[in-house]
Amino acid sequence: MITAPDVDTALAGVADGATVLIGGFGAAGQPVELIDALRRTGARELTVVNNNAGNGDVGLAALLAAGQVRKIVCSFPRQSDSWVFDELYRSNKIELELVPQGNLAERMRAAGAGIGAFFSPTGVGTPLAEGKERRTIDGRDYVLEYPIHGDLALIKAHRADRAGNLVYRKTARNFGPVMATAATTTIAQVAEIVDIGELDPETVVTPGIFVDRVVAVGEREPGR
Amino acid sequence: MTVEHPDHAPLDKTELARRVAADIPPGAYLNLGIGQPTTVADHLPADAGITLHTENGMLGMGRAARPDEVDPDLINAGKVPVIETPGASYFHHADSFAMMRGGHLDVCVLGAFQVSAAGDLANWHTGAPDAIPAVGGAMDLAIGAKQVFVMMTLFTRAGAAKLVRECTYPLTGLRCVSRVYTDHAVFAIGADGVSVEETFGLTLAELRSRLDVPVR
Repeated sequence: MITAPDVDTALAGVADGATVLIGGFGAAGQPVELIDALRRTGARELTVVNNNAGNGDVGLAALLAAGQVRKIVCSFPRQSDSWVFDELYRSNKIELELVPQGNLAERMRAAGAGIGAFFSPTGVGTPLAEGKERRTIDGRDYVLEYPIHGDLALIKAHRADRAGNLVYRKTARNFGPVMATAATTTIAQVAEIVDIGELDPETVVTPGIFVDRVVAVGEREPGR
Repeated sequence: MTVEHPDHAPLDKTELARRVAADIPPGAYLNLGIGQPTTVADHLPADAGITLHTENGMLGMGRAARPDEVDPDLINAGKVPVIETPGASYFHHADSFAMMRGGHLDVCVLGAFQVSAAGDLANWHTGAPDAIPAVGGAMDLAIGAKQVFVMMTLFTRAGAAKLVRECTYPLTGLRCVSRVYTDHAVFAIGADGVSVEETFGLTLAELRSRLDVPVR
């Protein structure tokens, strides 16, 4: 685990074509400073996994607007303020893989837990299960779903210690703990990094074994 | 046994939300879909011990936050700022959806474009070629909650019934809806077909004449 001095140092070395898991549900838990640093790396042809497809013109939306994302894997791209994605999608400049929200989380959980694939009841009989293997187990129907591995996970937590242990804040936790397990390299931005021993071990949500770099970005700016 | 209220106007949105709320069992863990289902929360009895689940990672969700209570880290599935209630808990997405798929959530209330007589649900996509599809947690909720209640108008603006023999819109889940609450009638869907529990603004005979689905 490395404490990075700033987000640009933390993001150094991102390759073109990388699959990047990005935390957040809407703006809550979205690691905006890390996403901005990813944009500044200039890495292109990225596959981004996020629940949404960007809000407004900041963070993920700005990364999309910069033309650096080839494909997005998400559950809910269309929102009142997803105009950046909408325009790219309608002009065929971005590929969309739509995944039910629970399957999205479980596919990353499987990746992080070393599971080769799993049968999910979600989506059976719907267009999103077309072409997928179907099996009946104890009278219930399931479809086969494969893990989603990331080369990189960018997440936001509330506090980290110098061992990379993370605690989150309220519903900003959302995809963070799952994504942290599912990537080759996990980078967490936090409001504050504290010394080892300052986090109560009983309250740690993401153990440091899943975290490769942490970077302190300070408290949220107003309006973020 | 159908209770007919032909002289009662069709239920307005508030009455419909109240009608749904009256059927939520005390002590239930409950998820309310985005939009109109969210308003059911306004009519739940405070002493019924009902716990609201929001799929972005919280049990014990409270009401919408007032301006001085807004915390950007505390939102509901519709991304509206909310408050927490005593006894609330937070968890990550894989746990949140395990609560659905694993059969721990008692009831969810969802909107719908169409419900079939077999309880198939269509509520995520109109299928229009220029529409950007978005599914969110709808498919997980539909097959995960122990009971799925649908809340919708019974007819489209053009007058077409939304309770149908077979859904023509893309499906969200198969055979998952158990009860349908509409402005004109409350339906129960079981293995033996569709029964009408109440009508509003029309008789059972009039209702039958406007539906393509056989109802008891």
